[in-house]
Amino acid sequence: MTTVTIDNVSRWFGNVVAVNDVSMTIGPGVTGLLGPNGAGKSTLINMMGGFLAPSTGSVTLDGQTIWRNERAYRHIGIVPERESMYDFLTGAEFVLANAELHGLPNPEAAARKALATVEMEYAQGRRIDTYSKGMRQRVKMASALVHDPSVLLLDEPFNGMDPRQRLQLMDLLRQMGAEGRTVLFSSHILEEVEQLAHHIEVIVAGRHAASGDFRKIRRLMTDRPHRYLVRSSDDRALAAALIADDSTTGLELGIEAGRGALRIQAVDFARFTELLPRVAREHGIRLYEVSPSDESLESVFSYLVAA
Amino acid sequence: MSTVYHPTVARLTYRALLGRRRAAILFALPLLLLVISAAVRALTGADDSTAREVLSGFALATMVPLIGVIAGTGAIAPEIDDGSIAYLLSKPVKRPTIILTKLLVAMLVSVGFAAIPTFLAGLILDGNSQHLAVAFGVAAAVASLTYSAVFLLLGVVTRHAVVAGLVYALVWESLIGNLVPGARTLSVQQWALALAAKVADGGAVSSDVALPTAVVLLVGVTLVATWFAGRRLRALTLAGEE
Repeated sequence: MTTVTIDNVSRWFGNVVAVNDVSMTIGPGVTGLLGPNGAGKSTLINMMGGFLAPSTGSVTLDGQTIWRNERAYRHIGIVPERESMYDFLTGAEFVLANAELHGLPNPEAAARKALATVEMEYAQGRRIDTYSKGMRQRVKMASALVHDPSVLLLDEPFNGMDPRQRLQLMDLLRQMGAEGRTVLFSSHILEEVEQLAHHIEVIVAGRHAASGDFRKIRRLMTDRPHRYLVRSSDDRALAAALIADDSTTGLELGIEAGRGALRIQAVDFARFTELLPRVAREHGIRLYEVSPSDESLESVFSYLVAA
Repeated sequence: MSTVYHPTVARLTYRALLGRRRAAILFALPLLLLVISAAVRALTGADDSTAREVLSGFALATMVPLIGVIAGTGAIAPEIDDGSIAYLLSKPVKRPTIILTKLLVAMLVSVGFAAIPTFLAGLILDGNSQHLAVAFGVAAAVASLTYSAVFLLLGVVTRHAVVAGLVYALVWESLIGNLVPGARTLSVQQWALALAAKVADGGAVSSDVALPTAVVLLVGVTLVATWFAGRRLRALTLAGEE
């Protein structure tokens, strides 16, 4: 069993605080590190991967400091976010080089196995600079898996992958987690994290905003008022009908982008989504547009931080 | 596994050095030297002073430092720039081993592409008269070793290693060295010339630096640069793109 412990860690670059007094423990299973772009996820992963020293606090792997400790890499596999690899090598040569650098007793066999795990055997003889983004991602994955690590750190692994590759990688990570490995991946896409990790850690503006079971956090997120922008054949009549129901707490008639629009604030998400089409039908009002106006992840996060 | 040399690191470094576009310069410069030497020989015949001009003015003053910049910085700087060094650093391989291996590769490439062509050019120019070919070959070889270490260090400490290297090679060694006599004491080229002066027949080659000083400086600078590069790599942080 392998655990990564982050203890009161801060990291600043000059005057900019990238990570601010974060403590968390990442144990076996799949953990999602969720946060908007620029929140400090990469900085945190770089510290866990030993690429960056914490300014204060400690990052340890089963009690051993990771920074400046090459031996830790026997247990850690890293999939960096950056695209660059040794592009002049073929996929097979690249994974083999990684196996040799780990000093494995049979690097050829390990490389073959890792490439098979990510289903890249068919293109292993091609140079990496001819690969698509998804193929690169999978070869990176193979290079991280080649020494059978107990900890796998992945920085935005789904970036640039098509849906099929995404599902494949998710299956692979799930399987790794089920085998008892400690798998941590970062993402700024809520849906990705939702599909893969039960346990999530949320980072917002360098701070640890939430930790724990995804469903509980998600519920926190859905309990907040939802804002919608609606355009219909009769906004005024629709507003009058909606305000009678408890699920809405605020309505505003106005002009949006040069056209009339109705802004609605709803507290009960489930009930409102059922209410709106029903009320429209009953009053003979046609809905032209219904769009959530604050579903951006940043707003979800800011709500979380305030909660 | 040896602590000074890792074959996989060496293989990756060779392929990175010789596979990139800048490798074209590695082939072009020595070729140019040989072509010039052949042309000079054909036009003026074997002449010691012309040979000295070409070997000292072009080979040792310009080509050797340029090859040193390409080999020394090219052995590590591109990997640090594009972040692919992460794949080397995330392995149970000691950082000094990575530096020493890369240095060995840079040295071999420099000697191969700078010192050997210099020696050959000497043979073409005047058939090793007054031991000029051997003298300048030796000078180019030791200069290559020191340049490799210095420019490898530059590759670790600055993101503008190639520019810094070129400024040193072209402005300091060629320009300032010619204009300000005192600057020559701090010139790898002059240190190497001190060795050439020892090897060549008496008075055929001269240097502004005494031989013992030159040897101490060559060895000292090479060792200190290597040690410091290893230290810096150990503390190298890969800041993300955030």
